[in-house]
Amino acid sequence: MMTPASELKPIPWKLHLSVLAVAIAFPFVFPSSFMVNFGVLALFYAFIGQSWNISGGFAGQLSFGHVAFFGVGAYASTIMQMRYGISPWLGLPIAGLAGAFTGGVIAVLAFRAGLKGSYFALITLAFAEVLRIVSNSIGITGGGLGLLIPMKIGAQNLQFAERSGFYFLILVLAVGSVAVAEWMQRSRFGAQLAAIRENEDSAKALGINVFAEKVKVMLISGAIGGVGGCFFAQYFLYIDPLIAFGTDKSVEMLLVAMIGGAGTVYGPLVGSVLLALVSDVTRTLTQIQGLSLVLYGALLVVIIAFLPNGLIDLFSRKRGGKPGKSK
Amino acid sequence: MMLQVSNLSKVFGGLRAVDDASLQVEQGRIVALIGPNGAGKTTLFACIAGFLPVNAGRVVLLGQDITGWPVHRISRAGMVRTFQITQPFAKLTVHENIAVGAYQRFHDRHEAWEHARAVARQVGMEGLLAQSALGLTVVGRKRLELARALATGPKLLLLDEVMAGLNPTEILEIIGIIRAIRDSGVTVLLIEHVMHAVMSLSDHIYVLSYGKIIAQGSPRQVVNDPAVIEAYLGRGSADPAVSAPAEVAHA
Repeated sequence: MMTPASELKPIPWKLHLSVLAVAIAFPFVFPSSFMVNFGVLALFYAFIGQSWNISGGFAGQLSFGHVAFFGVGAYASTIMQMRYGISPWLGLPIAGLAGAFTGGVIAVLAFRAGLKGSYFALITLAFAEVLRIVSNSIGITGGGLGLLIPMKIGAQNLQFAERSGFYFLILVLAVGSVAVAEWMQRSRFGAQLAAIRENEDSAKALGINVFAEKVKVMLISGAIGGVGGCFFAQYFLYIDPLIAFGTDKSVEMLLVAMIGGAGTVYGPLVGSVLLALVSDVTRTLTQIQGLSLVLYGALLVVIIAFLPNGLIDLFSRKRGGKPGKSK
Repeated sequence: MMLQVSNLSKVFGGLRAVDDASLQVEQGRIVALIGPNGAGKTTLFACIAGFLPVNAGRVVLLGQDITGWPVHRISRAGMVRTFQITQPFAKLTVHENIAVGAYQRFHDRHEAWEHARAVARQVGMEGLLAQSALGLTVVGRKRLELARALATGPKLLLLDEVMAGLNPTEILEIIGIIRAIRDSGVTVLLIEHVMHAVMSLSDHIYVLSYGKIIAQGSPRQVVNDPAVIEAYLGRGSADPAVSAPAEVAHA
């Protein structure tokens, strides 16, 4: 009990720089395509996990349908590219805008109606499902066949001959998402969101416009999710309704954040590295489909039981061993 | 005039929780709202602060009609309430809790955190800054509630039973703190059951019973008012042969 949460404290620069140094060195130390792919996926899940973490962790608006932003971003950039020949580099900001727009629409509708907690979680799930069904039945998305992005290797097409190209792209994006999270941690905006998460009535009484702040955070979260969708489409060169709007991705987004530590800057990264390890190990050792998801579930149960604030608690507890650490 | 509430009514189904209540709070004063349990005091507070929509009546803050405004706008206009049942940001530290209030006044992180520290000193919580709000005692929570509201830089504080559940020493401390807040230029409207605190703090008292304002005046006038004695002790109690005003003081 003596260890204070101290969530609104900036993270020391040394920690940021060490994590960045490790991330930059990774593809040079492990240049095999298998390992770089591992790194890409770990960073990708950290990135979209951060999208969930910003609204679900920092602001406490638990969503089961975050894949909606991801999918809208993926389709928006891919359709722009395939129909109108717009460069996927431009597709990244377009996907971000599309994701933010989706986040804003869902937020305005849900929060206007006063939906909170599990009701909000359900409505986001419903939106994602509606988008999946719509994308399955209209022409512009290619319906159930999905969209196959033609292969044209070249950095200008966001298609790298070496996987490390993708690695450094997602690293830049992930750094950006960590910067947003760090800003949440130290800014007025972040403090207001923490207040909203803890107690909306008190937040209101102190003059916080709860509705506006919640919409803002969904815009930011949606933008990150959308950019993640564009990256994913470019990496695998294919999307279909199940990939773009499947519930499994919503679950993975919240899992990495919660396992790592919801509402912490590095929670999604810690969680995604762990989950990428689990999924690779199970896939290498067994042929059983979906075993990794079973293990994820078990892990989540164990972590919620023993480390309710996520794995990151293991580190911060060590650092904050002496009581009264926060100045 | 800091606050002017006129003919305010609030109905829940068939119950008139607040019935045509009017009150005025002059700038720089401490005004108390008292009344038996269930009289509608907290409901009246909630209506004034915008937490509940009113069925009739007007609330005017510093000459501006704020009836029907959203809570956060009323709060930014300078009227900030505390909660009878404390509502801390449980997972945040004391310092962070107060900083949320201070951020309403200072957008800069450093300024907000320094201001939060100063407010903590003002309410005697300086030693608890790093503690999590969840681990606070009842007094601690009450003080935190007060500190957070104070940190926003209010013009008018609505304090809902900040002394309930405290021991006599703690009550004396809070009385001192509230006086100091008033002396710093903040007007105070408070709901309180601890009568000796009300008597020693208030410049003016309103008495609410069954949703109606039944009496008002200086502390001395109010305790001697037959209507007030009846409201607290029952019909017939105002007969001087049966009861003495001193008993009201213990109610």
